[in-house]
Amino acid sequence: MTAPARVAIVGSGPAGAFAADRLLRARGDVEIDLFERLPTPWGLLRAGVAPDHQEIKRLDETFDEQTLARGCRFFGNVEVGVDVSHEDLMRHYTAVIYATGAQTDKSLGIPGEDLSGSRPATEFVAWYNGHPDYRELEFDLSGRRAVVIGNGNVAADVTRMLTLSPAELERTDVADHALEVLQESGIEEVVVLGRRGPAQAAFTSAELRELGRLDGVDLRVEAEDVELDPLSARWLAERGTFTARKNVELLREFAARPRLPDARRAIVLRFLRSPVEIRGEDRVEAIDIRRNEIVQSDDGSLRPRAVDEADETIECGLVLRSVGYRAVPLPGVPFDERSFILPNERGRVLAADGEALPGVYAVGWIKRGPTGILGTNKRDAEETVAQLAEDLAKGALPTPGHPGPEAIDALLRERKPELVSAEGWRAIDADELRRGSEAERPRVKLASREELLAAAGARA
Amino acid sequence: MTYVIAGSCIKDDSCIEVCPVDCIHPKPGAADFETAEQLYIDPELCIDCDACVEACPVDAIFADFETPEKFAYALELNAEFFAERSTAERTAA
Repeated sequence: MTAPARVAIVGSGPAGAFAADRLLRARGDVEIDLFERLPTPWGLLRAGVAPDHQEIKRLDETFDEQTLARGCRFFGNVEVGVDVSHEDLMRHYTAVIYATGAQTDKSLGIPGEDLSGSRPATEFVAWYNGHPDYRELEFDLSGRRAVVIGNGNVAADVTRMLTLSPAELERTDVADHALEVLQESGIEEVVVLGRRGPAQAAFTSAELRELGRLDGVDLRVEAEDVELDPLSARWLAERGTFTARKNVELLREFAARPRLPDARRAIVLRFLRSPVEIRGEDRVEAIDIRRNEIVQSDDGSLRPRAVDEADETIECGLVLRSVGYRAVPLPGVPFDERSFILPNERGRVLAADGEALPGVYAVGWIKRGPTGILGTNKRDAEETVAQLAEDLAKGALPTPGHPGPEAIDALLRERKPELVSAEGWRAIDADELRRGSEAERPRVKLASREELLAAAGARA
Repeated sequence: MTYVIAGSCIKDDSCIEVCPVDCIHPKPGAADFETAEQLYIDPELCIDCDACVEACPVDAIFADFETPEKFAYALELNAEFFAERSTAERTAA
């Protein structure tokens, strides 16, 4: 009898978790190890999904049942490329699946972007969700107005987090350090800028609807801002998605609403507006914006074009830029510098000559770019796993030098004694849930590596 | 009655796999699957069997009379999705 194939999945976010599940379904005989640079698994489910969307975070139970509970090992607090190399993994595994996601943000490329008080929304998200690498960040919420740049669900999430009441925040698992700052926030108004029009807004209608029904928050949209230009109107009627039509309907409803006189806070949605410059002496004081119009590109897509120079200034104390995530290269693995993904064919990672690298695969955002929602990763994982299963069936993958499960475990424990195992993570989870139940909250997160490692019983 | 899917749907297709009457759309591979923000249940065809509720990993599916207030819009939204294009049309394609 030959030894079972052993597979390393690098990254335990939704893509990695779905890949482990799909692989176990396709090939019940493989052994899987999940590598994770944080002490905790499930990636953006824990560190990205908004704290007031607890129903979605419930997916962690399914991930656990489908992976760790079925015998996948968890190697947490181990960073591939730092603690252990790609080559090390290839010596110990039949195959390696990269599921590392997109860890940084896109920039706007405008002056003042790096002024204090201007931050990527993704950092704000990581901070309020208790990602240990972002805990030391400081967000000054003493200004009256914040500006959020972008029209996607991350923009909607941060806007909600800036406008929820102290009592609502307390019912979430927002990190304690953020809870304190958010509860003291002086922000009265959040302006959300979309460079395109209402028909092109990337919000899901569910997120947009939610913005319109926050308790004590007045959602303002000007009627003229939701009037569609002829190109967008035609696109919406002929090719618009169900979501785009719902979004426009919702925005028209919002525009027709009377003002809420007793609102605690306001959200102002602006469309066809782009930031030109972020200004301030030592920190953000204002943002200059300009108007856009919608034009048709040669490929038929609709895009924004500047109508004039900056013609409006919005005073603000905080700018959150939410224009997309971006992946970073991994040491020892090919990287497509233009698309910011691992070059791949249906999940098989390709070398510079275009040939598949035997035994190297990609799944999730590092494979397709930062698009889609949680469940998108399930189909994506199915595709990658199908290639891997095919390669295994063909016998195309050589047996690694150290085929057993013990060698890598020994190597990791030597190089990273404070490794967090599945048991360690379960101890963290139990500790956080216990603290949550004492505080009548869904969970109280441990938000520093030290606390997490201590709770895991990991030797530091 | 019917079951309805709320906006907390993550488009995990577990419900589609277990639905005995194929009334949950769009299905993977359908033209509007990738752009859909969630899945929808056709209220005309749903037989109230509960299988999807059990399968959903994020508890996004509710019986119409038990839908929480914050998801009250979902009943109309699910119906509307099929008013635009019925399951019959979707299945024939």
